[in-house]
Amino acid sequence: MNTTKRIRVIIAKPGLDGHDRGAKVIARALRDAGMEVIYTGLRQTPEQIVETAIQEDADVIGLSSLSGAHLHLFSKVIELLREKKADNIIVIGGGVIPEEDIPELKKMGIAEVFTPGTSTKDIIDFIKSKVL
Amino acid sequence: MNLKQGILDGDKRAVARLISLAENGDPEAFKVIKELFHLTGRAQIIGITGPPGSGKSTLTDKLAKELRKRGNTVGIIAVDPTSPFTGGAILGDRIRMQDLTLDEGVFIRSMGTRGHLGGLSKATHAAIKILDIYGMDYIFVETVGVGQSEVDIVKTADTTILVLVPGLGDDIQALKAGIMEIGDIFVVNKSDREDSDRLVTEIEMMLDLKQGDTTWRPPVIKTIASNNIGIEELLSKAAEHFDFLISSSLLKSKRIDRIESEIISISKERFIDIIYNNPDTSVSIRELSKEIYEKKLDLYSAVDIILNNFNRKGVGLC
Repeated sequence: MNTTKRIRVIIAKPGLDGHDRGAKVIARALRDAGMEVIYTGLRQTPEQIVETAIQEDADVIGLSSLSGAHLHLFSKVIELLREKKADNIIVIGGGVIPEEDIPELKKMGIAEVFTPGTSTKDIIDFIKSKVL
Repeated sequence: MNLKQGILDGDKRAVARLISLAENGDPEAFKVIKELFHLTGRAQIIGITGPPGSGKSTLTDKLAKELRKRGNTVGIIAVDPTSPFTGGAILGDRIRMQDLTLDEGVFIRSMGTRGHLGGLSKATHAAIKILDIYGMDYIFVETVGVGQSEVDIVKTADTTILVLVPGLGDDIQALKAGIMEIGDIFVVNKSDREDSDRLVTEIEMMLDLKQGDTTWRPPVIKTIASNNIGIEELLSKAAEHFDFLISSSLLKSKRIDRIESEIISISKERFIDIIYNNPDTSVSIRELSKEIYEKKLDLYSAVDIILNNFNRKGVGLC
C-alpha cells in the first residue's frame, strides 16, 4: 500500500512559562518540512509529555523552556523515558538556555539544544539526520 | 517488542506502534489485526463531527471524563488535516484533552488525514480495530473540521454526533445534501451564544421534513462543553441510540455495511498498489500519460491496456 513513514514530533512546553510563540514557529516549520507535529500546549508536566510521546509513537520530543527550569524539567523527561523503556525517542531542547548549561543537558541525554536565533532549517536537518 | 503479545498485555507502546505501522501501510500491523480480529466488535464507536471551531475536542474531552467516572475505558482518535502541499500536519486536538493524558483508562491518538478526503484518515479504520482489540469500551473518532461533504464518519461510527454552533449560515444550509444528513444526534454547542434557539428550531424543522426511515428521530441537544453543560444528557442519548440500533437489528446491518465498504476500499488500494508497484504487472502509467497528452492515445484505451496487461500477468495478488 502506497503510504510512507512520516516523522512524528511532539512539541511541548514543560513547566510554568506562558509564552509559546517560539514553539509554534518551530511547529509550523516542521509541518512545512513534511513532519507530523503534535502540539500539546502550555504548562505540561514531564509525565504528561512522556505519556503523550508514547501514545503518539513520536520519533522526537522538542522541549521548549523560557523559565529557567530547563535543567530540572528536561532531566525529568529523560529519566521518565528511560523508566518507560521509551528512550529510543530523541529529545531536543530550545528556548532561553544559557550556553554554559548546554554541555550538562547533552550529558544527561538531550540530543541537541537550539537557542534563539537558530535557523529552523538547522533543526529540520538535525531531526532528519537522526530519524531517517 | 512483540506487538501481538504487547497489545494483549495492555502495553500502550505496542498499541501506539501498531497504529503507526498501520498508518505507514506496514503489513506487520495487518498481520496482528488478522490474528486478533476475533477480539474486535466489542466497543461502541462514536463519531464526533462538525465544522472547525465548533468544539469537538472539548466535547470529546468532557464525554470521556464522564465515561471514566462511570468506570468505562475510552479510546480517542483525533484526526486533523495534512497539508496537501508538504505532507506535514499540526495535530492539536490534544490541547483540549490534557487532563486525560495520564489516565490509565484512556488512549488518545492524533492522526493526519495524509491525503485522504472525507474527514478521516485512511488508517482510521485500522486504528479503531487496534483500540477495540486493546479493550476500550468506547472509541471516539473526532473528524477533521468538516465542511459539507466530509461524511465518511457515518460509514465508520455506530453513532454519529454532529456538533454545530450558532451563527454559521442560514437555513438553506440545513437543507443541502451532505453533512446535515448524517447526525444520529445533533448538538448545538456554545449554546449560551445568541441565536442558539433559532439554530435548534432550524434543525428541528429540517428533521420534520425527513422522509423514509423515521424510526429514530435524531434528538437536538444544547451543550456548553467548556462548562460541562449538557454532557450527561448527550451521553444518555448516545446510549439510547445504541440500544435502538441493537433492538432494531440496525447495528448488525450497519456493521455489515461498514465491513463491505472496508473490503472495497482495501481491495482498491491493493489493486492500485499492484498496478503501480508490482514489476510483473505494472505498465508505465507515466509513459501512457505522455502518450495521452500527445493525443496518440485516449484515456479509456490506456485503462484497457493496463487492465489487459494485468489480466495476462495478474498473478501474485497476495
